[in-house]
Amino acid sequence: MKPAPFAYHRPATLDEALALLAEHGGEAKPLAGGQSLIPAMNFRLARPAVLVDLNRVAELGYVRAGRDGLQIGAMTRQRAVERSDAVRSAAPLLAEAMPFIAHPQIRNRGTVGGSLAHADPAAELPAVMLALEARFRARGPQGERWIPAGEFFTGILETALGPDELLLEVVVPKSPARTGYAFAELARRRGDYALVGVAARVTLDRRGRCQAARITLFSVGDGPVLAAAAAAMLDGQEPSPEAMRAAADAAAQRDIDPPSDIHASAAYRRRLAAVLTRRALARAVERAAQASQ
Amino acid sequence: MTATGRYMGARVRRNEDARLLTGRALFVDDVHLDGMLHVAFLRSDYAHALLRSVDVAAARRRPGVVAAYTAADLGDYWRPGPLLVPPPPIRGLVFHARTQVPLARDRVRHVGEPIAMVVAESRYVAEDALEDIVVDAEPLPVVVDLEAALAPGAPLVHDDLGSNVAAHAVQRKGDYARARAAAHVVIARRFRYDRGAAAAIENRGIVAQWDPRAEELTLWDTTQAPIPIRNGLARLLGLLESQVRVIAPFVGGGFGPKIMMFYPEEVLLPWAALRLGRPLKWIEDRRENFSATTQERGQIHDAEIAVARDGRILGVRDVFLHDTGAYDPYGLTVPINSQCTLLGPYDVPNYASEFTAVFTNKTIVTPVRGAGRQHGVFVIERLLDFAAKQLGIDRAEIRRRNLLRPDQFPHNHEIIFQDSAPLVYDSGDYAPALERARELIGYDGFVQSEQARLRAAGRHVGLGLVCYVEGTGIGPYEGARVTVEPSGQVRVATGVGTQGQGHFTAFAQIVADVLDVEVDQVHVVTGDTREFHWGTGTFASRGAVVAGSACHAAAVRVREKVLELASGLLGAPPDRLELAGGRVRVRGSSDSAIPLGELALRANPLRGAVRPGTEPGLEATAYFGPDRGSTASGVHAMLVEVDPETAQVEIQRYVVVHDCGRVINPMIVEGQIQGGVAHGIGNAFYEQLVYDEAGQLLNASLMDYLLPTATDVPAVEMAHHETPSPLNPVGVKGVGEAGAIPTGAAFAQAVEDALSDHGVEITEIPLSPNRLFELIEAARSARAR
Amino acid sequence: MDQQVPIGVTVNGVRHERAVEPRLLLSDFLRHELGLTGTHVGCEHGVCGACTVLLDGDAVRSCLILAVQADGHELVTVEGLAPPGGGDELHPLQAAFREAHGLQCGFCTPGFLMTLVPFLREHPHPSEPEIREALSGHLCRCTGYQGIVAAVRLAAGSAP
Repeated sequence: MKPAPFAYHRPATLDEALALLAEHGGEAKPLAGGQSLIPAMNFRLARPAVLVDLNRVAELGYVRAGRDGLQIGAMTRQRAVERSDAVRSAAPLLAEAMPFIAHPQIRNRGTVGGSLAHADPAAELPAVMLALEARFRARGPQGERWIPAGEFFTGILETALGPDELLLEVVVPKSPARTGYAFAELARRRGDYALVGVAARVTLDRRGRCQAARITLFSVGDGPVLAAAAAAMLDGQEPSPEAMRAAADAAAQRDIDPPSDIHASAAYRRRLAAVLTRRALARAVERAAQASQ
Repeated sequence: MTATGRYMGARVRRNEDARLLTGRALFVDDVHLDGMLHVAFLRSDYAHALLRSVDVAAARRRPGVVAAYTAADLGDYWRPGPLLVPPPPIRGLVFHARTQVPLARDRVRHVGEPIAMVVAESRYVAEDALEDIVVDAEPLPVVVDLEAALAPGAPLVHDDLGSNVAAHAVQRKGDYARARAAAHVVIARRFRYDRGAAAAIENRGIVAQWDPRAEELTLWDTTQAPIPIRNGLARLLGLLESQVRVIAPFVGGGFGPKIMMFYPEEVLLPWAALRLGRPLKWIEDRRENFSATTQERGQIHDAEIAVARDGRILGVRDVFLHDTGAYDPYGLTVPINSQCTLLGPYDVPNYASEFTAVFTNKTIVTPVRGAGRQHGVFVIERLLDFAAKQLGIDRAEIRRRNLLRPDQFPHNHEIIFQDSAPLVYDSGDYAPALERARELIGYDGFVQSEQARLRAAGRHVGLGLVCYVEGTGIGPYEGARVTVEPSGQVRVATGVGTQGQGHFTAFAQIVADVLDVEVDQVHVVTGDTREFHWGTGTFASRGAVVAGSACHAAAVRVREKVLELASGLLGAPPDRLELAGGRVRVRGSSDSAIPLGELALRANPLRGAVRPGTEPGLEATAYFGPDRGSTASGVHAMLVEVDPETAQVEIQRYVVVHDCGRVINPMIVEGQIQGGVAHGIGNAFYEQLVYDEAGQLLNASLMDYLLPTATDVPAVEMAHHETPSPLNPVGVKGVGEAGAIPTGAAFAQAVEDALSDHGVEITEIPLSPNRLFELIEAARSARAR
Repeated sequence: MDQQVPIGVTVNGVRHERAVEPRLLLSDFLRHELGLTGTHVGCEHGVCGACTVLLDGDAVRSCLILAVQADGHELVTVEGLAPPGGGDELHPLQAAFREAHGLQCGFCTPGFLMTLVPFLREHPHPSEPEIREALSGHLCRCTGYQGIVAAVRLAAGSAP
């Protein structure tokens, strides 16, 4: 289990990195934290001809609470996000999800941008960013562009990024008042990829009705799935246990088309999706109610 | 002389730990030799195929590659491996030995079977070169499922046999048909127990070095059986046994598969090292481990129990299929263990057991911790649960009523065990252990009130309570040499390999007590054939029993020599001398004590004469070979909470009351049990090797093959119950496998109990949440109908 | 493809300079280039945790880092825990493992130790669930983890 040979570059600046990617086209693969890429290379399932190591590009590692929301540099280690006070106050859903990503030894190395660009359908961060309506800033030879989370994830391990484009930053917009969050996942063991996971964000109106709900599920499809039917059922409704149960059932039955694998059948995933969504909604509503007081 | 003393039964910290904790302990992959080359194997991607050609020319041309070999290059050296364990003399037995080959020649029979070997300057380059090899193979139909393997017209794993039957054995006691006719209730079920991996954290590895000046081959090997490897290799290579030195240094977990021999790599590396004149290293990687290292066993049992109205067992009948994989070098040890262990601690007057071992296109099955015993336990314990339910008898009570009584020992079960000896239990006292386990888990309170109270609060908590016995510590023999050195320190050499069982300490305790020295003054070496070359290996929970007894015997002989020599020097007969604190003195006298070291010096004089009939040195070698194994036993109880919505199971408490005879070191014994339980929990709830119809393993990584972690394994609450074995001077029974054996049965009972309102019946292990969800849903729809 | 990259790393306080092939894993570099064989390799896909070392003070999997990436960084391996000199004097955590029977075959042990050193620095008085969670990124097949949990408690001076 040793990687196949590759040419190695470690640019010190973003411009250098982009130039290298442009030079090598589809042959090159950016190396962020490497916690998914290197195991795949050890199995020789991934065998890039050229690795462009981004770990010396210091300008991509930061967490800042800005006017437009929370800005996270793509090369920020997951452990730094987990420990960040700015994240805890500006994006508590993200803070709640971080400890579910593998184990500390992986998060010490793994990066936010790496996980998002890898786009594993069972990963936590894509679903969280989709729930939070994050925007992704990318740069390539054609310049810089912003990609909404809803357009970023395009399939299993696929994103809207071009081969010569790099994800630079994720911006999590400020959330409205009277908003509550919850993150839930079930995995076989602590730190494993989830059998099913849910990220939920609920905003209540002044009368305590559901003004907007945003629910995403993961490990149930080709990427993070926005549970639109479930959210629509809650719009304008009193968030009663019955309403949340109905919405959760809709998420499981209408919003997702989960795969079967050796760990969970599609039917089991639907069941878990219903239960976890229900539990996550209840917690999110409770937190939103607290935030309303 | 029986073993007594201050260290027997003491929680002695381990002698080996400092080396392991500081990174100084030598494991096979730590061996580095000048000029060493690295080996990688091309392994079959097919579960079953004809090999038309294997072309290694391009691999040989790759820079950094020194050699590449196929079966054709091996010439006369190519031959199937030995039948390691010939089957026992069971009347009417059918057994077809088909053993593994070093490199596949014309056919591959399981994924991972080696096809070619590359030797290169680094492992990286060796793996690159594997991609240069061109294999022309014609895939054949594949045998995966046990029942399909026996269907008419099934593809054949070994087509010369005409069927996939590897073995067929029937063992009987009494007259089951008559017992059945007299039964109040007969309960029949089908039980399944699927494959798992041993998954030692250290994969296998070999370093081979030929020294042309000394004309000696040295092999560092992760084996559990260094001495048989040495002897077998000498035969294969045409060398003297004394020209081959096999070292099993620190080994990172064994659990059974590391006793298998010969693995293809074990015969190929020495051969190539001789040929190339350079040292070679091969370290198995985790992906290889999932297909090239032997695995646990899948079985399907059709079993029934005949019981009287009061719950007494009248008889048991069991017909089962055993998956032996593509070859059967380990004989019938595993299915015979299943067959024998089914009888448990119970008085079963009539027993009819029949099994068919089946060849499949899967990795070879050999013993893994428990070695088939868990299957027998699972079947009898589940049958008793179903019988209790049907008869309206409490499940602890039905067990109590059937336990063998102390006056029934030694108890002959009238069938033959894996060691070819009759299955005779040496000693045991089962009822107190059951009672103690009931107390510890709080059985009465739980079944009478607590469970109902929790259920009313919407919580599904269940209890499992099961018994088992385990035949341990079988022969043929082990040996040990004990030497008192002039420094006063004691050296012990024994042949069994060690994989974490604490032999360096347990053996030292035994010897320290006999010679009355400090335990840290006793230095144990194991697993180096230059140090000791008589013995078999570490298997069947026998290290402490057999090698421990040999250490004891050798130490007793040294003690005699010590006293005899001191007798002459002190002018007093040996029976007036005392050996204490590393010194010999005349009993009752406060002066003229002679330290052991001085005696050792005097026993090996540079001038003068050693008297005829005596030997120099304070050294003795002794052997121990028990007639048959000693029978350990125990009771496991657990509490689980199940979330019926998500089918998640949480183990809340786990109690073990066990009897492994005399306990040498309770700290080590508790560690063995806790570890065994963790392995058993893995078997029960996390671990399953999932093969598809093409014989491909779908979860060949530690991402997808789930070993339990610290958040999955509870602290086991333990109680020791000692009935010493009469079969050895130390009185010990084995404990290495015990924890893993009844876990599946306890887990199934507990989960079923937690879900009693759902009507789920559990007849299979492992039980993932996904599978439990299916069972819950099936029971729900059955009720709705 | 025979690119060799010069690197300089400090391991257990000692500076090493080597030229390495980019694909060389840090685990192999430590074990086979520097001879620090106390760091063990169990899976090479980041799950078992046996190869865990400290990189600038943080526990990381050395099988998921290329040796070239360690250039300029500080590493600590299991050999760096006990006082130097090769005697039997142990780091307090190692001593606790010995005392509480936190190891059997000892193969996974160095990885556990390297995770626990920073863990105990950050959580000097961990609860049992915190300990178990901290251990959950490591696989041990021998101990069933109980001895390891007890060793961490002992090292932290917390009551059992």
